[in-house]
Amino acid sequence: MNIALLLEMAADAAGDRVGLVCDGKRWTYGELIGAARGAAELIADSKAEFVALLDESSEASVIAMFGAALAGVPYCPLNYRLADADLGALLGRIAPALVVGDGERVEKLAGGQGHTVYPRGEFTLAALEAVANPDAVYDAGEGIAIQLFTSGTTAAPKAAILQHSNLVSYILGTVEFGAADEAEAALVSVPPYHIAGIAAIASSIYAQRRIVMLPAFAPDGWLKLVDAEKVTGAFVVPTMLSRIIHAMDKGVHADISSLRSIAYGGGKMPLELIHRALDLFPETGFTNAYGLTETSSTVALLGPDEHRAAHRSDDPRVRARLASVGIPLPTIELEIRDEEGRVLGPNQPGEIYVRGDQVSGQYRERSALDAEGWFPTRDAGYLDEDGYLFLSGRADDVIVRGGENISPGEIEDVVLTHPAIADAAAVAVPSVEWGEAVGLALVVRGGFDHPAEDEIRDLIRSRLRSSRVPETVRFFAALPYNEMGKLLRREVKVMLAG
Amino acid sequence: MKPGSRIKSNACDTEAVIIKYTAGTIQCGGADMSEAGGGGAELSADFAGGSIMGKRYVDEAGTIELLCVKPGKGTLALDGAALVLKEAKPLPASD
Repeated sequence: MNIALLLEMAADAAGDRVGLVCDGKRWTYGELIGAARGAAELIADSKAEFVALLDESSEASVIAMFGAALAGVPYCPLNYRLADADLGALLGRIAPALVVGDGERVEKLAGGQGHTVYPRGEFTLAALEAVANPDAVYDAGEGIAIQLFTSGTTAAPKAAILQHSNLVSYILGTVEFGAADEAEAALVSVPPYHIAGIAAIASSIYAQRRIVMLPAFAPDGWLKLVDAEKVTGAFVVPTMLSRIIHAMDKGVHADISSLRSIAYGGGKMPLELIHRALDLFPETGFTNAYGLTETSSTVALLGPDEHRAAHRSDDPRVRARLASVGIPLPTIELEIRDEEGRVLGPNQPGEIYVRGDQVSGQYRERSALDAEGWFPTRDAGYLDEDGYLFLSGRADDVIVRGGENISPGEIEDVVLTHPAIADAAAVAVPSVEWGEAVGLALVVRGGFDHPAEDEIRDLIRSRLRSSRVPETVRFFAALPYNEMGKLLRREVKVMLAG
Repeated sequence: MKPGSRIKSNACDTEAVIIKYTAGTIQCGGADMSEAGGGGAELSADFAGGSIMGKRYVDEAGTIELLCVKPGKGTLALDGAALVLKEAKPLPASD
């Protein structure tokens, strides 16, 4: 089934209802499907093999996504923050494409590749003006809906592909059609090239929850938009939540009493921050979502009631759940396996495997699924005795010291209890004796003196096994993160080697 | 009758997308469904319970799943046995 049917259904059921608010302009579901059908004409005429977006979120990203789906061409939103050389290489991998957005940059980086370019405003206008053939037969949705280049924090970007069937399974399995009341509005501030941005559009439209788009995240703008549009729900990455709270502390004034729910994911949420947020927003339901591009977004979630229960509880086991990503969705299967592929029991750490209709696990070049259809996520973690999933970093980030596997997270968690340490990253550094050893990059909190290296080593030795004690400890002004708040461990390694 | 295809009632306005299909004849309002629809069959009183937009319908054995994309007066059925609503546990919005 084609993902565009999600929008067609919303338009059939509530064509005059506002589905999208962007830059002060309001779009009904009827207008959006009309524009998507017009866009499908443009796309078909261009003979493009991909529809790419090189732009922030806007009405054009929604129209392009569903227009591409109707035309049967994969939609490939690109990360406009990439350096020229990296972006040029990605454009080369999807040529010839119909590119919506920054035409000058496409011309400069990929001028000879045969792309058809529409700046944002021209694309929207052309899609609205294109006359859709009333007898048009649209794509059946048996192929690829979305292609997303992974963020490449550990290696070169991979082209992850999602079939229409993957995304449709996710939406039908997790969202009730038309379930949102007229007052509900979801603030979407994640970039359009992130799976959470794609999933937010599809799920909000299917629920008929008005999308309020914030093209470029800034905490003040976010708070003001919640106030102005009476936003009821939002998805944020942890760094966004941190900056929103910081802005509130600084006295940015906004009435955010309409905000009933906040979902978060896409990176590790510091415990201190989520406790603070639960205190600061006592009436808001928090949901932690864990998912990957390759799994069409969420595969496990910790719901609002579980957040409050853990926040209130004196029972250490219940309280610890705030650091989990909750319970796997009922529509998927999830297992923890060791390096030989054996399924592990409760509390045994290993690699997370998932299986289900929403799981693609496919890349343009190859499939990562095993013979039984399981997708190895390369995320490390464990399930506790009650079925709550805890993450412990990327499997590729594990430090292997003399055959012993060390998870960076356990060292980072200990170091971060030191009052003078604001941020920490443990990565593998080459060691003649052990193959790999622990390297530790630290950031000192403002107003504190540099702790001595041995003080840090003693702290780790007092809490963990001696193999965890870092060989290298160095201090930096800041650690490298991508714009979604993901720590770039690849770059930390380079910093420690330099 | 393959997953993804859209079928129409010949006895009412109902349209559905096939999500899962194993075997059998898919019916609505007492008449067989088809890709063309509009067959002008009479709505059977025994199969006039109606279909609801956006709801998924399954059989007891789980061999078929249909998504209603246009509502109508007929009851969806497989080989004469009415399909039932697939109840999904509501999940909090996560993205």
